Amino acid sequence: MSWPEPPAPETYVLRLFVAGATLRSQRAISHLRHICNEHLPGRFDLEVVDVYTNPEATLEYQIVATPTLVKVRPEPPRKIIGDLSDHGRVMRGLNITAGGGISEAVQ
Amino acid sequence: MTDRLASQPVEAHSLAKTATGIDGLDAVTLGGLPEGRPTLLCGSAGCGKTLLAMTFLVNGATRFGEAGVFMSFEERAEDLVENVASLGFDIDGLVADKKLVIDHVRVEPSEIEVSGDYDFEPIFVRLGYAIDQVGAKRVVLDTIEALFSGFKDQAVLRAELRRLFGWLKDRGVTAVITGERGDGQLTRYGIEEYVSDCVILLDNRVHDQVTTRRLRIVKYRGSSHGTNEYPFLIDGSGVSVMPITAAGLQHKISSEKIPTGVPDLDTMFGLGGFYRGSSVLLSGLAGTGKSTFSGWFANSVCTRGERCLYFAFEESPDQIVRNMRSAGMDLQRHIDSGLLSFQSARPSLYGLEMHLTRMYRDIEAFKPAAVIVDPISAFRGVESEIHATLLRLADICKERGITAFFTSLSLASDHASEADRGVSSLMDTWISLTDVEASGERNRVLFVLKSRGMSHSNQMREYMLTAEGIKLIAPYVGPEGVLTGSARQAQEARERDEALSRSQVTERRQRDLDRRRATTERQVAELRAALEAEESEVALLANQESGREDTLVADRAAMAMKRGAAE
Repeated sequence: MSWPEPPAPETYVLRLFVAGATLRSQRAISHLRHICNEHLPGRFDLEVVDVYTNPEATLEYQIVATPTLVKVRPEPPRKIIGDLSDHGRVMRGLNITAGGGISEAVQ
Repeated sequence: MTDRLASQPVEAHSLAKTATGIDGLDAVTLGGLPEGRPTLLCGSAGCGKTLLAMTFLVNGATRFGEAGVFMSFEERAEDLVENVASLGFDIDGLVADKKLVIDHVRVEPSEIEVSGDYDFEPIFVRLGYAIDQVGAKRVVLDTIEALFSGFKDQAVLRAELRRLFGWLKDRGVTAVITGERGDGQLTRYGIEEYVSDCVILLDNRVHDQVTTRRLRIVKYRGSSHGTNEYPFLIDGSGVSVMPITAAGLQHKISSEKIPTGVPDLDTMFGLGGFYRGSSVLLSGLAGTGKSTFSGWFANSVCTRGERCLYFAFEESPDQIVRNMRSAGMDLQRHIDSGLLSFQSARPSLYGLEMHLTRMYRDIEAFKPAAVIVDPISAFRGVESEIHATLLRLADICKERGITAFFTSLSLASDHASEADRGVSSLMDTWISLTDVEASGERNRVLFVLKSRGMSHSNQMREYMLTAEGIKLIAPYVGPEGVLTGSARQAQEARERDEALSRSQVTERRQRDLDRRRATTERQVAELRAALEAEESEVALLANQESGREDTLVADRAAMAMKRGAAE
């Protein structure tokens, strides 16, 4: 008797809203790329949205602050506000449980 | 207040203002909110911030051709539309016509995780985007603190709030930002009141289980403004603010008379009625017919083709109409012709100020020639407040040349009860109705306590409420004061008896006199007859005497002749 195969891990759909190419925006982008590459290798769909050039998107996702990372999928939807410098908090927010082993950022 | 403020010279380089379209508010702010600047509208929950802000936008779109943006942080757009539909606002229509944008900013603290630095730039982006969509001149942010409830970093919130106000100013939009009242300060963060150019505080106070909404301009940079607390009202016809008139005694006066509606009562006034535009107090005990007098007054106003507004605080309009029918008048035809309007409300429905605001609005809308308030004693509250309320009401009427007719229930038979005494100085004419108890019955008596600027009767007059109207009865003053009712009738009967017996005595004496005259005349006749008899006897004797003398002379001559022959 064997356990059924676990379902294939879902692809993470992420949207990162930033306001222009500020230092804070760049910081958020690099932190996020680092986390994704390390913990979600090959299974994330990340799109960076500049609220200045795409204001309608703020309405759709109810964005009130920048930077905001929106986890569109998997459910439940989740928003992480800030420059994502606290990796542990970001991972908790994204519900990533050491998919690629425990990251050094968790400690 | 409005008069005084309005009569001030226009400030040399006056601030540009954006009218809210709420008449009273524009009067109090001398024209509206500061144009192109943020205004803070603060107050505790349920005091009408959202409705007032929405009215500002809707009036802008429908009356001043200025598009608006409503950014809601609390209510969903659908709920907002539904909530203000009760005021007759067609939000969906305005949105479809590109005159209004409603943006609901939803913040779910449970969905949010904070990690690192952030700012609220998307709010600015969203707001800018919405403003550009319709070319908005007016912006409402309702309530900005709801946004911040999901965040804990006070320093960021303060900085962003400050930046938001600056940004709104840079955009040149006239903004209304609503805020919840905080502890000991006007808002939770204590920033908004400093960075706003105008702060309006709304308040919803409960006193004796009665709520009164009040509005106060806390500050207004670069402009004078009314400083009092002004009552305001939210009901089916929107928001009304009452600009309190602080006893502006500059109203024009009239020497024209307006009849009392009771012809007999007219005769007690030198003028034959009240002065037009004066205030009249009719005070009286229970059941002395105050409402009947009011009814006749209303009837006479409407019969002349003028409008009359009747504020009833104790009876429903139908009840008044029915009761007045029994008193001999048909008020229904005046209601049907639109000349008479009843406004009924229980006094406890709202506070004094709210009643005043409602009456102000109704007077403004109906433009009556006469206003009846029946009765003012129904208002409960601190005497000074009642006094202030009636003062303002009397002033509102006087300013417009409206004759105000107040009734007041006196509690003791002492004609000046507490309430009456408080308001009597406001009144130009004061008629007191009372009843006199005597011989096991009560009879109604009225007298004119005062009537400024005209002579008036000083008599206490008994009156009767008959099916043909109110009849004053000719006064009867007996040795123990005015007699009324059956005592008066008894006295009248007694007087009739006395008069009768007096006339009988006179008659008897007349008869006696006649009889004595006849007797005397008879005696005179007898005496005269006796005298005449005597006279004729004397004449006879005199005749005989003279006859004898003649005979004697003749005899002597004859004898002499005989003797002469012999001598």
